[in-house]
Amino acid sequence: MDLTSINPILLVASLMVAATPIILAAIGELVVEKSGVLNLGVEGMMITGAICGFAIAVESGSPMLGFVAAAAGGAVLSLLFGVLTQYFLSNQVATGLGLTLFGLGLSSLMGQGYIGIRPPATGKLEIPLLSDIPVLGPILFNHDIVVYFALALVVATWAVLKFTRAGLVLRAVGENHDAAHALGYKVVKVRLMAITFGGACAGLGGAYLSLVRVPQWTEGMTAGAGWIALAIVVFGAWRPFRVLLGAYLFGGVTVLQLNLQAAGVAIPVEYLSMSPYLITIAVLVIMSSGKAKAALNAPACLGKLFHASS
Amino acid sequence: MIALEKRPEPSQLWSWLTPPLAVVLTMIAGGLMFAALGKDPVEAIRTIFWDPIFGEFAFYYRGQLLVKAGPLILIAIGLSMGFRAGIWNIGAEGQYIIGAICGAAVGLAFYPWASFIVFPLMILAGALGGFLWAMIPGILRVKFNTNEILVSLLLVYVAEFILASMALGALKNPDGAGFPGSRNFRSYPSGYNEEIIAGSGMHWGVVAAFIAVIFAYVLFARHQMGFQIKLAGQAPRAARFAGVNPSRLILFCLGMSGALAGLAGMFEVTGPAGQVSIDFNVGYGFTAIIVAFLGRLNPIGILLAGLLLALTYIGGEAAQSSLGLPAAAIQAFQGMLLFFLLAVDVLTNFRVRFGKREVA
Repeated sequence: MDLTSINPILLVASLMVAATPIILAAIGELVVEKSGVLNLGVEGMMITGAICGFAIAVESGSPMLGFVAAAAGGAVLSLLFGVLTQYFLSNQVATGLGLTLFGLGLSSLMGQGYIGIRPPATGKLEIPLLSDIPVLGPILFNHDIVVYFALALVVATWAVLKFTRAGLVLRAVGENHDAAHALGYKVVKVRLMAITFGGACAGLGGAYLSLVRVPQWTEGMTAGAGWIALAIVVFGAWRPFRVLLGAYLFGGVTVLQLNLQAAGVAIPVEYLSMSPYLITIAVLVIMSSGKAKAALNAPACLGKLFHASS
Repeated sequence: MIALEKRPEPSQLWSWLTPPLAVVLTMIAGGLMFAALGKDPVEAIRTIFWDPIFGEFAFYYRGQLLVKAGPLILIAIGLSMGFRAGIWNIGAEGQYIIGAICGAAVGLAFYPWASFIVFPLMILAGALGGFLWAMIPGILRVKFNTNEILVSLLLVYVAEFILASMALGALKNPDGAGFPGSRNFRSYPSGYNEEIIAGSGMHWGVVAAFIAVIFAYVLFARHQMGFQIKLAGQAPRAARFAGVNPSRLILFCLGMSGALAGLAGMFEVTGPAGQVSIDFNVGYGFTAIIVAFLGRLNPIGILLAGLLLALTYIGGEAAQSSLGLPAAAIQAFQGMLLFFLLAVDVLTNFRVRFGKREVA
């Protein structure tokens, strides 16, 4: 066992990479839940995005096209959920689960010919001068563009929700869909847009896993990342910056346990590997109990059916 | 313009018609999917749904039907109780794994003692293992109000790592020349879940599944607990006024589904699978969710739905070998089935009206 082999700067830098897929998926789901819809299909949309992005990136040789395709794939799949829950008024929990099961099957079907291939590398965006700063440079300014995009997305989501009319309408629909409907807002339309946005974000997150973080395609490669993103939305009490914090916490645990595995700590690999899941559960428990009750901040109409003619 | 009008009460007729309708729609959409994969759709559907029961090799496949349906029905019966009450245990796969590990561990601990008492003890251990694993989300929900959907699901991944650790470590076959996996129960008759009638696929897990169906039927039709479950699901406020204790209900539903999933895992690992190995679980815990919904959360319905989904597994394997249909196609097919069911379910609760829509 050699703990000195763990380089703290590299650790924090890879933490940012490990957290990025979770940030993307969680911020998308945050917007969906803010509109009053609970989409449990994040895992399915992520893995579909992962294979769509991977396949297109391999075929076209361009990772950027891959990311676009991943967002499109996730969005299309989420529309399936949107149509079922918004027009066919199906149960959101069951439909979300169905989306995950279907996405897992569909992705491994699409991924048949892509096992064992390496995707084209996603270039790093070294910011001149800033990336040369010792310590801070490699941590903050030496990543690929998606890392910055995810951070920008968090800030943008926060700003839109807080300062714009569109954000206000979205929140109104999520807090009280009957009142929003009475005011003349198109509840179903707003929700469909939110669901599509969430799907695109989850797709991007999945593609980040298959194109940058792993980078490879294997069946079921998201390994619960979508569920962790869902948990982090609860942990973040539906606030963008706390979601960011939650994703970094999760990324930190993941990277740390991987480093401990590499350093040969006396804890068996399996127990280290399960730690991110256990810590996510622990965090959920802390957030849902006592004074910190996150549920108080949940959108009031989360998961409820909306039918205008009643 | 097409408009939906809420029915005062869910339609009885449609609630029985929608599952077959969903199956037919899935066959059509699945056929299109198979055609897109370059297979003859009619041939593929026939290989999956017809040949295993009536085809040339049906004598082999018919036995497999019960082997696959047993765990699916057992798990789905447990899940249906929670789903009816609005308690979402979606981590049955984890409870299935832990039940299998606990049951197998007890059996292996007694190896090579030959006694009729070993197998019943293993059954108890399997049920207890699944029960305790489901109690984690249950107690967290009751004590800390933590979302049971997320906790039960995340625990599946934890259970998978425990399984890997057991198959490679504590339960590894000491005479296995270093290969991963436990001793094979086929070579330990006292702990082996044998076929009761040779060739029929009928093992003790299938018997347990049938008992569970009857038990659940009586529970829902005759017992107060069943009434409380239905009440809590349909009218949570009314249930509270009627004195239903929500904590007790949550613990009962999660505990019951955990115990049944644990049993299913134990019967599987000591019978058809034969040994604890890293990947003995094949996702029955998730497919059982589809079974529960397709069976309308009704015990008899689940029995039929379990047989149908078992058929897709067997037919899928047959189509894999004879048509080269990828295994994942069946998984997508099963997911599609749930989608269509949820979509046509709108007919149960709403009436479709054609004509000009009035201003709402």
